[in-house]
Amino acid sequence: MKDKALQFWSLLTDSLDWWLLIIVSMLLTLGLVVLYSAAYDIQHRFNDQLRNIVVAFGVLWVTSKVPPQLLSRFAVPIYVIGVTLLIAVALFGIVKKGARRWVNVGLVIQPSEIMKIAMPLMLAWYFHQREMFLRFYDYAIALALLAVPVALIARQPDLGTAILVLGAGSYVIFFAGLSWKVMLALAVGTAASMPLVWGMLHDYQRERVLTLLDPASDPLGKGFHIIQSTIAVGSGGITGKGWLHGTQAHLEFIPERHTDFIFAVWSEEFGLAGNVLLLVLYLALIGRGLFIASGAPTLFARLLAGAITLILFTYAFVNMGMVSGILPVVGVPLPMLSYGGTALVTQFLGIGILMSISRHKKVV
Amino acid sequence: MTELRNPQIEIRRFRVRLVVAGLFVLACFGVLLARFVFLQVIQYETYQAAAEENRISVLPVVPNRGLITDRNGVVLARNYSAYTLEITPSKVKDLEATINALSAFVEIQPRDRKRFKKLMDESKNFDSLPIRTRLTDEEVARFAANRWKFKGVDIKARLFRQYPLGELAANVVGYIARISPKDVEMLEEKGIEANYKGSEHIGKTGLEKTYEKELHGQTGFERVEVDAGGRAVRTLAREPSSSGNNLILSLDIRLQEIAEKALGDRKGAVVAIDPKTGDVLAFASRPGFDPNLFIDGIDQANWDLLNNDPDRPLLNRPLRGTYPPGSTFKPFMAIAALTTGKRTPYQSISDPGFFVYGNHRFRDDKVGGHGSVDMVKSISVSCDTYYYQLAVDMGIETISRSLAPWGFGSLTGIDLDGEAEGVLPSPAWKQKRFKKAAQQRWFPGETVSIGIGQGYNSYTPLQIAHATATLANNGVVMRPKLVKYIQNVRTGQRVPTDTTPVRTLPVTAEQLEVIHRGMQLVNLEGTAASVFRGAPYTSAGKTGTSQVIAMKQNEVYDEKKIAQRFRDHALYMGFAPKDEPRIAVAVIVENGGFGSRSAAPIARQLFDFHLLGKRPDSLPTPIKPAEPGEENEPELDRELVPELEKEAVR
Repeated sequence: MKDKALQFWSLLTDSLDWWLLIIVSMLLTLGLVVLYSAAYDIQHRFNDQLRNIVVAFGVLWVTSKVPPQLLSRFAVPIYVIGVTLLIAVALFGIVKKGARRWVNVGLVIQPSEIMKIAMPLMLAWYFHQREMFLRFYDYAIALALLAVPVALIARQPDLGTAILVLGAGSYVIFFAGLSWKVMLALAVGTAASMPLVWGMLHDYQRERVLTLLDPASDPLGKGFHIIQSTIAVGSGGITGKGWLHGTQAHLEFIPERHTDFIFAVWSEEFGLAGNVLLLVLYLALIGRGLFIASGAPTLFARLLAGAITLILFTYAFVNMGMVSGILPVVGVPLPMLSYGGTALVTQFLGIGILMSISRHKKVV
Repeated sequence: MTELRNPQIEIRRFRVRLVVAGLFVLACFGVLLARFVFLQVIQYETYQAAAEENRISVLPVVPNRGLITDRNGVVLARNYSAYTLEITPSKVKDLEATINALSAFVEIQPRDRKRFKKLMDESKNFDSLPIRTRLTDEEVARFAANRWKFKGVDIKARLFRQYPLGELAANVVGYIARISPKDVEMLEEKGIEANYKGSEHIGKTGLEKTYEKELHGQTGFERVEVDAGGRAVRTLAREPSSSGNNLILSLDIRLQEIAEKALGDRKGAVVAIDPKTGDVLAFASRPGFDPNLFIDGIDQANWDLLNNDPDRPLLNRPLRGTYPPGSTFKPFMAIAALTTGKRTPYQSISDPGFFVYGNHRFRDDKVGGHGSVDMVKSISVSCDTYYYQLAVDMGIETISRSLAPWGFGSLTGIDLDGEAEGVLPSPAWKQKRFKKAAQQRWFPGETVSIGIGQGYNSYTPLQIAHATATLANNGVVMRPKLVKYIQNVRTGQRVPTDTTPVRTLPVTAEQLEVIHRGMQLVNLEGTAASVFRGAPYTSAGKTGTSQVIAMKQNEVYDEKKIAQRFRDHALYMGFAPKDEPRIAVAVIVENGGFGSRSAAPIARQLFDFHLLGKRPDSLPTPIKPAEPGEENEPELDRELVPELEKEAVR
């Protein structure tokens, strides 16, 4: 009987990475604490998030059981499906709030979400195939594989997601060893093409960048979000105003306070101390991820683990930067803390892959 | 040119890149940390001050809900202003102790505590919730003197909904109740949740629900300065709300009262329609309920009483109850026979008192039969055999096709949510209704009893009244409507609701006259003659009896032997005056036995009142129409309580 129990326990846990599990659980706990305060007026959101977490853990557990070799077989199909759906969106997508991001395939989905995972998978797979005879033009092909979906997503328009997908792919290419010289050239080229990009931006996107540079120019309109969330962060001080006592949050000055701006609520109620705690936890998460990447057995696993880790970093950095007013407002959730099922499941999928890679490091 | 790579070197190179990535992450987080320190330590005072000043709050100004009056201005739903004692749970440390302390100044019943608990479970943490409603002036004064002792407890002036006539027409007016999470979802879906900021109630049933959009009004906003506790200190700007529109019904509440009182303790429904306009004059459902119970959340005991009652007082019978129409169906069968050319008025049958189809014998009411029967006589004596034969001759397809335009089996389009469709039987309907192949087929024998309004026939009293009104209105179909005017409160302007005919049925005056004549004879010498004896106006009608349980062949129906709830339903449909009809009715008395005995007398009372102004002897005093001015909206006096609601800063 005891053997059975042990067997069951090991079936349940042998694929889990305890360090990741502990860090993620701590982040989730902090998330629930702050969500309880942020969702004071829509309490079912708290319960919904509990349900989301349960679902996300299920996804994580299943993913952690999938060996990286098997995962690499899915890379091409998922990428092809993702791009096909993006093309479908461009052709006959559903328009909501002025953006064409959704498509109905029986149920309404947002294919750009799929690309957040599909992109690093695909590129890691590609480089893995070419491992022994990697040549310069392989990087060019990789860039092309990256550029197509990014362009499709940017056109929707959904600049936030486009940047995240671009980031995800770039990380793989970076880890695959693109030479520093080329990267420098690309960076310079990007900087030089900025005026061109500016011309291609939508009005609302330009406005967001402009408001970042000078929020006071439009204090009741677009600048309102940034001004109010900055005030929330600043007025938190060193120790914060205390849980449930954030005036900015509860007097409804913070927009989207359950989702993208939940960090403003956190910052206001727990102050600098809370922020440092959060930074430390994210650092621990990223550190563990990079460590797993460094011990991964195959190029595919290495690239994938490295890229996933840096994507999680990007989420956290962009979100906190946006809320504290140093980055423009783009729709990026704070990993593990923001309310929302889809985002959480996507993140846990990533964590699950990390765990799988961590567990399979000895199998070559 | 192909150069194989050395995995060891590759891994080392990869690790270098990992370190670079790690440093990059650290650098980025360093920037964030610097930003946090800048905001939260160096600039703390500035932002702290900004947050303190950041206290201009926007408060909703809830609009007054529109009134509902009958066609003569009798108020059926109104608002009144009263004080409530409210607690904001998130601002109170020990709720139980606070409530106990409050009960020294204000009477708080265990019932109030229970309701408050329920409200808390359903509400948001930061809401202000009523522990007591309708405070007396004395209680207000007592609490005001001790207010400083209670943080998070306030007296608020609020508008309350009231249905002064109680049960009367409750099924029509409906009621409002507190907004539920489901309502919130609905509002969000429609994108109108902003207009419900501050609103606590929403229409749940009846006209209160159907006309929610008209009644609710437009929420206004007030920009106020709030203190550290979030309490309003000073009003900076106001965008006033605009009241919801009043509903002026086509209902005559006096006629409604007569109908409801006539049904009394019996279960049933009465619908009266003005055939020319489609105005619904009476729309009664018994047993009823008091809508006032629901407004602040019905208590469990009352809810169980209403919900578990086998007589189903919450069922809106005229709208949602469906019944076999019995013989009241015959005039419509007859007109269908004429329009489809299956019968001429003069074709007669010889009625032996039964009808044989296959090896089944269908009984007529009168043993031995009615002798020679033509169409007029078939209506006036209610000859079953005539209609058995007619149904077989027409066939089920023709029957359903030619009766559908009269509104049988489809929604009448009345302006009240939740209307039932009923069943106009047809092979297609049966195909859809049943799952098993054996049951899906239409058997020719099933057509026979369709002719006398039995079998699968099942209609709402509203549908029967509607079809009767169409018959009275020479085939011009009017949409039945309960609301006659929508009145703008500010301008007083009344906008009539749509009165254009829906369609005109292809019937000739000659064909209609045959049916009308037969129905007139019902009231003169036929099945309802005793009921309409001495009426100074002409009228037309048809009695009906519909079976609740099927009788075996040759079995004789004996009322006394059958339990009350299996007894036949009594029906009556008719209109008056016969030539210039002003009122068409359908009456159903559940388990009332023969239509002439229970249902027809109710129709007579309605005709007498509507045409002659004569009230039944049992109801000597009519409901008084409202005095002019009495129906005026009690404007909520917000200036009345500033010292209580706000700390006035001058």
